[in-house]
Amino acid sequence: MAFPHRPDAPELPDFSMLKRLARDQLIYLLEQLPGKKDLFIEADLMSPLDRIANVSILKQHEVDKLYKVENKPALSSSEQLCFLVRPRIKNMRYIANVSCDEWAFSLLPLDVDLLSMELPEFFRDYFLEGDQRWINTVAQALHLLSTLYGPFPNCYGIGRCAKMAYELWRNLEEEEDGETKGRRPEIGHIFLLDRDVDFVTALCSQVVYEGLVDDTFRIKCGSVDFGPEVTSCDKSLKVLLNAEDKVFNEIRNEHFSNVFGFLSQKARNLQAQYDRRRGMDIKQMKNFVSQELKGLKQEHRLLSLHIGACESIMKKKTKQDFQELIKTEHALLEGFNIRESTSYIEEHIDRQVSPIESLRLMCLLSITENGLIPKDYRSLKTQYLQSYGPEHLLTFSNLRRAGLLTEQAPGDTLTAVESKVSKLVTDKAAGKITDAFSSLAKRSNFRAISKKLNLIPRVDGEYDLKVPRDMAYVFSGAYVPLSCRIIEQVLERRSWQGLDEVVRLLNCSDFAFTDMTKEDKASSESLRLILVVFLGGCTFSEISALRFLGREKGYRFIFLTTAVTNSARLMEAMSEVKA
Amino acid sequence: MNRTKGDEEEYWNSSKFKAFTFDDEDDELSQLKESKRAVNSLRDFVDDDDDDDLERVSWSGEPVGSISWSIKETAGNSGSSHEGREQLKSRNSFSSYAQLPKPTSTYSLSSFFRGRTRPGSFQSLSDALSDTPAKSYAPELGRPKGEYRDYSNDWSPSDTVRRLRKGKVCSLERFRSLQDKLQLLEEAVSMHDGNVITAVLIFLKRTLSKEILFRELEVRQVALRHLIHFLKEIGDQKLLLDLFRFLDRTEELALSHYREHLNIQDPDKRKEFLKTCIGLPFSAEDSAHIQDHYTLLERQIIIEANDRHLESAGQTEIFRKHPRKASILNMPLVTTLFYSCFYHYTEAEGTFSSPVNLKKTFKIPDKQYVLTALAARAKLRAWNDVDALFTTKNWLGYTKKRAPIGFHRVVEILHKNNAPVQILQEYVNLVEDVDTKLNLATKFKCHDVVIDTCRDLKDRQQLLAYRSKVDKGSAEEEKIDALLSSSQIRWKN
Repeated sequence: MAFPHRPDAPELPDFSMLKRLARDQLIYLLEQLPGKKDLFIEADLMSPLDRIANVSILKQHEVDKLYKVENKPALSSSEQLCFLVRPRIKNMRYIANVSCDEWAFSLLPLDVDLLSMELPEFFRDYFLEGDQRWINTVAQALHLLSTLYGPFPNCYGIGRCAKMAYELWRNLEEEEDGETKGRRPEIGHIFLLDRDVDFVTALCSQVVYEGLVDDTFRIKCGSVDFGPEVTSCDKSLKVLLNAEDKVFNEIRNEHFSNVFGFLSQKARNLQAQYDRRRGMDIKQMKNFVSQELKGLKQEHRLLSLHIGACESIMKKKTKQDFQELIKTEHALLEGFNIRESTSYIEEHIDRQVSPIESLRLMCLLSITENGLIPKDYRSLKTQYLQSYGPEHLLTFSNLRRAGLLTEQAPGDTLTAVESKVSKLVTDKAAGKITDAFSSLAKRSNFRAISKKLNLIPRVDGEYDLKVPRDMAYVFSGAYVPLSCRIIEQVLERRSWQGLDEVVRLLNCSDFAFTDMTKEDKASSESLRLILVVFLGGCTFSEISALRFLGREKGYRFIFLTTAVTNSARLMEAMSEVKA
Repeated sequence: MNRTKGDEEEYWNSSKFKAFTFDDEDDELSQLKESKRAVNSLRDFVDDDDDDDLERVSWSGEPVGSISWSIKETAGNSGSSHEGREQLKSRNSFSSYAQLPKPTSTYSLSSFFRGRTRPGSFQSLSDALSDTPAKSYAPELGRPKGEYRDYSNDWSPSDTVRRLRKGKVCSLERFRSLQDKLQLLEEAVSMHDGNVITAVLIFLKRTLSKEILFRELEVRQVALRHLIHFLKEIGDQKLLLDLFRFLDRTEELALSHYREHLNIQDPDKRKEFLKTCIGLPFSAEDSAHIQDHYTLLERQIIIEANDRHLESAGQTEIFRKHPRKASILNMPLVTTLFYSCFYHYTEAEGTFSSPVNLKKTFKIPDKQYVLTALAARAKLRAWNDVDALFTTKNWLGYTKKRAPIGFHRVVEILHKNNAPVQILQEYVNLVEDVDTKLNLATKFKCHDVVIDTCRDLKDRQQLLAYRSKVDKGSAEEEKIDALLSSSQIRWKN
């Protein structure tokens, strides 16, 4: 079962320090307002806040009542109000006339190897609207990490946003020169990657356990609400999912088909442990109760929860014909039976199966095929609007702008605009414009990239999911996640050398970079620690794939993401009509 | 076994993936069920003990003391303190939440973060981070504006932009010439910080004429996108439309106008608004969609008024038997078609609410129409209508069953609507592919079809195997026994 790390695998740095830091900063800010005060918290800051503080800490600092910030005037009987919000235009207009301080709480450690900025809106803001408002936040987070854990001797990145964040971060470091000097690097490599370098992976159905739990129940801020159908009692339970859950930790990275075997083995072991108490004398029994029972009971609880979750997942997936869906996805990834897949998607739409699923499949078809042929595009779009509502016209326009769902067109309208604009301007500015446009109108070239990077493993015989041979196991052996393959290749070469063609196909010729500082102080252990930064979100499947790679090569990966994402979240972010 | 097992096996065999199927009868699931039994059998032993260590383990349902929990509590109580709120209003101590402060000379978004200094009792941080004494991790507090007044007035655009990025207040007013302002913008763009770009844009928007601003942004796409997003966010629709018009981005102009309909709740007003969208410069394809959107809502308003009246009058059987659960207004076309097939199936083509009329008006493809009508009529268990949906007569007057969607789909939909076995059987028999037919018949327990098909296939083994699945002493068992002992069939196995 769960593969052990190689004995020489490096230790992970202690990220709980980030929690302490955020908590202390919050307390410091609260202390700026002596006396009783009411605290207003923005809805999406509540869960992150819960992870670093609790009510008694707030009470100790004279917080009286807690409220949720809503988009209406705040009413409270307290003399002092304190608001915890993200700086968004929408809520600021309701909280005017106040004094403000910045609480630099940008990194939440969700797990021993996972740091999240909890910024799901990053994806839409940047990849749809082209708004760079969060880049400084990313740069500051990286700056904080380098002050706490030492400089990063090797930096790599790919993507326009990655490059900008990197440059801004470097600026910050230069301005505050000297802070990280002389520190031993704890983390040897940092890799920044834009989500739009690889949309395909994020659009696939997930089949490793953690990803499947996320797709089915939605993991929010590292915890999940299991409803009565899972807990087999009448109440829901909020469950933290991380390395501390011993049962979960062993199955989180497994292909779903292995999970059953593991759970039933565990159940048998547990039974045997309990059975031992038969035939114990009083003293042994006393020992058993005082020493082992607690652990067994906790394991029992966890085990029955995860069994319940598996059962519920199976029920849901059987109902929605998951097998056929996966088959279609694999066909799209491999590029065969395109007609068949197209009619499968069509039928999905006609039967009004979930709008998000239908949209996801269309996007997957579009990206793997470099856009839909015009006839299909029009017909699928018409049927989609008829099934799910005409206002989705706006959603289609968004998807086209983000490059997620496009039409193959020889005389693209964009090109017309482009040439028109180019005529208006001269030299320097013209370059910038073509830049901006190419980011909007780029072709995905998935098929060619897949060939170059060997993303569809050629395997004779059966792919044994119990003993994965490569990262493709996270998609049942059908596909190696593109993002993870890129990271693997670059780490192997310690540069982009030899990957020019791939980089060109990814439309990233100007945005792939390497930066090595001569750092003799880096220990060999730190050189096997890699921080991967996903701008626009990463999926649990990618995390599992890289954890697998780490085990194979004796690395440890640390993940920093603007938010944990999945296909449904990406689609919802593009949807103009909120459900 | 499920319906497409045959296809699947072929697929999985030809491909290299392990055939892990999400299928009820898989070994994996029975394994899971077994584990569940094992774990549940322990429950008695475990649960009779104290249950309160729930809090001590890391997971629990919203542990008391969590912030989310506490907020819910406050929300629950605050309803009762309504009086207090009224009082508060009359005290008028919080008179002005409503508006953003009028931009004066501070433009960075982070300049909202201005505060006052207080001697901080701040020890915990440095304690926690004693190994990195070089940096102060205390949040940098904002200072009253006054403290900045005497700051240098000769900051270059580059210095200014850097200060803005740090969230420090500084005046942009002194950049008066167009050239200075543009340089400020270029500096902001080259620094990549979106908040600073937007802050500078707010300044430019206020101090430049629209024409000049637009003209300059047309050649600065990064900044342009920030302005567009900013205008969308503050809801300055007028300026946004002007901008698109200036840029000659007609399609975005049209879409942006159309988007406004989402904010109009009243159906008649929404309809009128959609009418104004019809002439806008959409792509040819989208123009048709907009027209359809308008027509659809127009129809829905008529149907809704009519049906609400019928329903409340209580004279119409269908509405009495099946009261409407929701209004049809603003529903998608397919839902509207379903509704009309449900409540207005027999109406003549001349009425707006008749399915045929909808089909014609919106050019609904046959496939979609049949699928929807089938679902609606099956839901009502109107099996004759279902029958008629698939019956066609040829020129000689013979009738034949045809389905544009494939009879296996028909069977599935019928099954979902709990059709009786006799009905299911009829349609399972129409499935052309023998394997699919057999699978469906087995899945939905259409015994006769399974038995007859086995007989036709001369598959004695399969028939024998099926015998164990039918009830003992049933007519089916007799039928199978009769076949098995028949000497007239030449079995292939």
